[in-house]
Amino acid sequence: MDKKKTTAPVGLRGSGPMGGVRMGGTPQKPKNFKKTMKKIIGYLRPFWGRLVLVAISAIISTIFAIASPKVLGNMTTEIVNGIIRGAMIHKGPDINFTNVANIGYWLIGLYIVSALFSYLQSWLMTTITQKVTYQFRRQISEKIAKLPLKYFDKHENGEIVSHVTNDIETISQNLNQSMTQIITSVIMIVGILGMMISISWQLTIIALLVLPTSMVLITIIVKRSQRYYDRQQAALGEIDGHIDEMFSNHAIVRTFNGEGRSIHKFNTINQKLYNSGWKSQFLSGLMMPIMTFISNLGYVGVAVVGGWLAINGKITIGDIQAFIQYMNQFTQPISQTANIANVLQATAAAAERVFNFLDQPEEAVETNTVAAPKIINGEVILKNVSFGYDENQPIIKHFSTHIKPKQSVAIVGPTGAGKTTIVNLLMRFYDIDSGSITIDGIDTATMKRKDVRQMFGMVLQDTWLFQGTIAENIAYGKSDATRKEIIAAAKAAHADHFIKTLPKGYDTIISETADSISAGEKQLLTIARAILADAPMLILDEATSSVDTRTESLIQSAMDKLSHGRTSFVIAHRLSTIRNADVILVMRDGNIVEQGTHNELLQQHGYYAELYASQFTQV
Amino acid sequence: MKNLAKYFKPYIVWLIGLIILIWGQAYTNLTLPDYMSKIVSEGIMKKDLAIVWSNGIQMLLLTLFGGLCAVAIGFIAAKISTGYVKKLREAIFIKIEQFSLNEFNSYSASSLITRSTNDMQQLQTVLAMMLRMAFLAPFMGVGSIIKAHQLAPSMSWIVYAAIGALVALIIMLFIVVIPKFTIIQKLVDKLSLQAREMLTGVRVIRAYNNDDRQQAKFNQTNLESTRLNVFVNRVMMLMQPAMTLIMGLASMAVVWFGAYMISDGNLQVGSLLALMQYVMQTIMSFLMISMIFIMVPRAAVSGRRIGEVLNTNPSISDPVNPTHLPAKINGVVEFKDVNFGYKGSKQQVLSHISFTAEPGQTTAIIGGTGSGKSTLLNLIPRLYDVTAGSITIDGVDIRNIKQAELRQHIGYVPQKSSLFSGTVGTNIAYGKPDADDKELNKAAEIAQASSFIKGLPKKLDNPIAQAGNNVSGGQKQRLSIARALAKQSQIYLFDDSFSALDFKTDAALRKALNQELSAATLIIVAQRISTIMQADKIIVLDDGKIVGIGTHHDLIRTSKVYKEIAESQLSAAELGED
Repeated sequence: MDKKKTTAPVGLRGSGPMGGVRMGGTPQKPKNFKKTMKKIIGYLRPFWGRLVLVAISAIISTIFAIASPKVLGNMTTEIVNGIIRGAMIHKGPDINFTNVANIGYWLIGLYIVSALFSYLQSWLMTTITQKVTYQFRRQISEKIAKLPLKYFDKHENGEIVSHVTNDIETISQNLNQSMTQIITSVIMIVGILGMMISISWQLTIIALLVLPTSMVLITIIVKRSQRYYDRQQAALGEIDGHIDEMFSNHAIVRTFNGEGRSIHKFNTINQKLYNSGWKSQFLSGLMMPIMTFISNLGYVGVAVVGGWLAINGKITIGDIQAFIQYMNQFTQPISQTANIANVLQATAAAAERVFNFLDQPEEAVETNTVAAPKIINGEVILKNVSFGYDENQPIIKHFSTHIKPKQSVAIVGPTGAGKTTIVNLLMRFYDIDSGSITIDGIDTATMKRKDVRQMFGMVLQDTWLFQGTIAENIAYGKSDATRKEIIAAAKAAHADHFIKTLPKGYDTIISETADSISAGEKQLLTIARAILADAPMLILDEATSSVDTRTESLIQSAMDKLSHGRTSFVIAHRLSTIRNADVILVMRDGNIVEQGTHNELLQQHGYYAELYASQFTQV
Repeated sequence: MKNLAKYFKPYIVWLIGLIILIWGQAYTNLTLPDYMSKIVSEGIMKKDLAIVWSNGIQMLLLTLFGGLCAVAIGFIAAKISTGYVKKLREAIFIKIEQFSLNEFNSYSASSLITRSTNDMQQLQTVLAMMLRMAFLAPFMGVGSIIKAHQLAPSMSWIVYAAIGALVALIIMLFIVVIPKFTIIQKLVDKLSLQAREMLTGVRVIRAYNNDDRQQAKFNQTNLESTRLNVFVNRVMMLMQPAMTLIMGLASMAVVWFGAYMISDGNLQVGSLLALMQYVMQTIMSFLMISMIFIMVPRAAVSGRRIGEVLNTNPSISDPVNPTHLPAKINGVVEFKDVNFGYKGSKQQVLSHISFTAEPGQTTAIIGGTGSGKSTLLNLIPRLYDVTAGSITIDGVDIRNIKQAELRQHIGYVPQKSSLFSGTVGTNIAYGKPDADDKELNKAAEIAQASSFIKGLPKKLDNPIAQAGNNVSGGQKQRLSIARALAKQSQIYLFDDSFSALDFKTDAALRKALNQELSAATLIIVAQRISTIMQADKIIVLDDGKIVGIGTHHDLIRTSKVYKEIAESQLSAAELGED
């Protein structure tokens, strides 16, 4: 377990709030697009009524938006007609202002209605996606409680946290964007195309000729730029990794004269990053000028051909104006639809990771459970217990022991011998493969896991405190504890003294970065927590050298007090604890190899005796 | 920020070229509507196809010119932004590599990492955008307003009104939304913190049957975040429809009010189209400008953070006239009345430390947390410099020796043993890159690492993951010891380096060290009495002062602090008393 990493490497971190501005690389592909999409749609089902409203609003808003250039064109035509009318009688323009105004009022109506419905659609959609997001997060957190411990031992925390943050963020943003875009883009394309053809088929041909040219060019550029983008991201990851590694080990780099090599490697990666970086940026930056150039080409084409058509009286100037507006609007929905496939793929890929997590097998549901005894004496019997983290690889084989009430058990062995395995089995974090563990005569496998765990107080060396006040942390096992009880527990754990020296005392917030509390003091807090929880049996993990000697003696004294009169299992490092234990379990390579008292074990001249002797070998 | 500008100097010529090209691009965009106007007014209205054609061709050429400008701009912008940041990144990295622990820790490793990765990237992204937009937007904005004014002075108000509405909209949105963004970011952090808590604490949570409570807490944050996101999104979503509305109404106003001007003979129909273009271009330019206003403060923060680091000078540098040590030194390390306090802190970490560590002997340092043990050790390879007194090696003040040369003679094993990504072999050879396999195996053997290395599928070539995450704590510590041993130096510093080892390995290792390094100077910091009981000289530190020097047997009788520490760990019999 000590191999598990809790922090994600820097290279995996996001590129910050501006990340979205950059052009993407090769999109991630989901394994099963259809299945995942179906599942996502399943999440949307409860909102179908609102989704229909979203679709209707999108349709109305888009249709009105499409209509407006044509209407504005009519206004221009009305003016041009006035000029022509005036010219025919060799006078100034004779514009019918009533008509102009009427068209104007219509137009204002169109704009406002379109804006209103467009907003309504976003309003509805954002509510839906946020609710789905909420649902996803909630399910993930519920899932965490249901997964067997095996899952957490095999997966990195960073990976699971990234489901809660990054993956869900991707799903939420993309859903919001793509759902409405699918509707509006399709209507836009069809609608604009219809309007263009209705104005002039000749101009439409020019517009359509322009389109594929720009599409082809853009695909070529995107392909090339994606290659450089991917390379740039790889180099970026590499350079971030190098910086992280060098800065995390600054003292070593300096004392081993590694700066020169470090800088040399850095420069190599930096050069690589530069080479791919500028190309990627340049190529993705080409998109805009090329698009502009091509749309300008279309603009010129429409102006020339439209001019010719207008001179021949085939179309009006207002129509040319409308047509140019349509052409400008045409590129956006097309590039959106072209992008939608990528967006959906990214969404599905993120969703697939989330669903995959949610589909992990859970701890077996408990049925027909036996009630735990009301008053617990603390007699623990392990009978013929076999267990392995890997089913094919049993590490504890047919182990039996009998621990009488209020006895103390010391678990000893070198690092990595699997001392936490005992904790895992007693607390039913893992289920044994065969044999039985009984407490006061009741098989723990037949009890509720909750009830089994309730019987133990636990203090691990890997002190876990959550972000909250010191008082809240102490009361973790007893949420209704009064301040008086909390202080009493802290006093018993020798923690009261240092807590009082903190500026905010018991209301000091403990956070990840709180350096004001040392590792040893944190351990005292977890002891106070166990004291307050007052469980009939105990699992303790003794402090090792990361704690200074004075705090260590405080911890020891608090632990002694805590374990007095309770059956206790201690992962022991101190000889005094080991020697005073009623039973010593000696562990080696995951298995329990010997058991007995200190004297018994010494007489066996086995592994324990060897271990003990080695500590005082004369050098 | 001044020192950031320094690195921009080589790009000044490029920048001037860029501005000229941007001027070309802006000119194109501003002139195109004129041709359109001519085509309509002089070509179509007067039914003159020749004018339509000639103007069309001129437009085409202009477009081509503008397009080429834009491509060149993209090229230069990409070259400048990536090249500049490359130089900056190099400068900051080299700078940090020269930092002594004083400067280094005043920033903290994680802050320096962020400054040289995220902040750099941020700067590059913004710089690239700025180079494209910062000059173009004002050119275009002002140019369009002037053009519109020239065409129809009495209609300029439409442009101003549109800009006014746009700016008001943006300001309003941001006044409402920007403060919420910070809260959202905090909630996102809180969500991930609470998720992380649920995972790191999974055993404790289950032990105390607190799943429900933990989930209720997470859900509370989840709900808060959802509510706020809904609000912020609803406000932000106003932007798109409102923009479309403003643009639509502005174009309509141009045509509508243009009608009156045309009627009075003050405007031509073609100019209507040109005017509409100018209104659109102005709006777009102001959008760009507002984006710049959002981006620049962010980049400025990153820039300041980078500048700070570049402005910090390493407090430890090589002497101008260095004294050279012989290739083979004796290794007598002497502390002469050494004081030490961290930069910017009044508190003395070490005061009046004097002792000598002799070659062929083990000098042990013991004391509680915060007694200054590790700091004392860090002074020897000059990770920090003494604030008073001196440290000498074979009589030479270490400040008169080049850092690299000094460190050549020191094998250092840090408290927190971490490895580099690479292989087992490259890690052991880190201090002596030219070491052969025989030397590496020898070092591994002394460090008690050879048995587990032999068990690895590829032995010395077995890969080591970043930070050594694929080996256990004890294995990491043994490799880190082997790394120091492979250097074959004369002085070895062990900073509580046996803590992750079990008693048995600890003992075997100490035995091997004593045999193999019998001529070297060993200085060991430890918490375990059993680790140092056999040392030739034990120095007891308390609160930065030496409170006892002697052997175990002396100290157990004379030093109260030592006795206290010893008693908490060993029984009377083991202490050698009766």
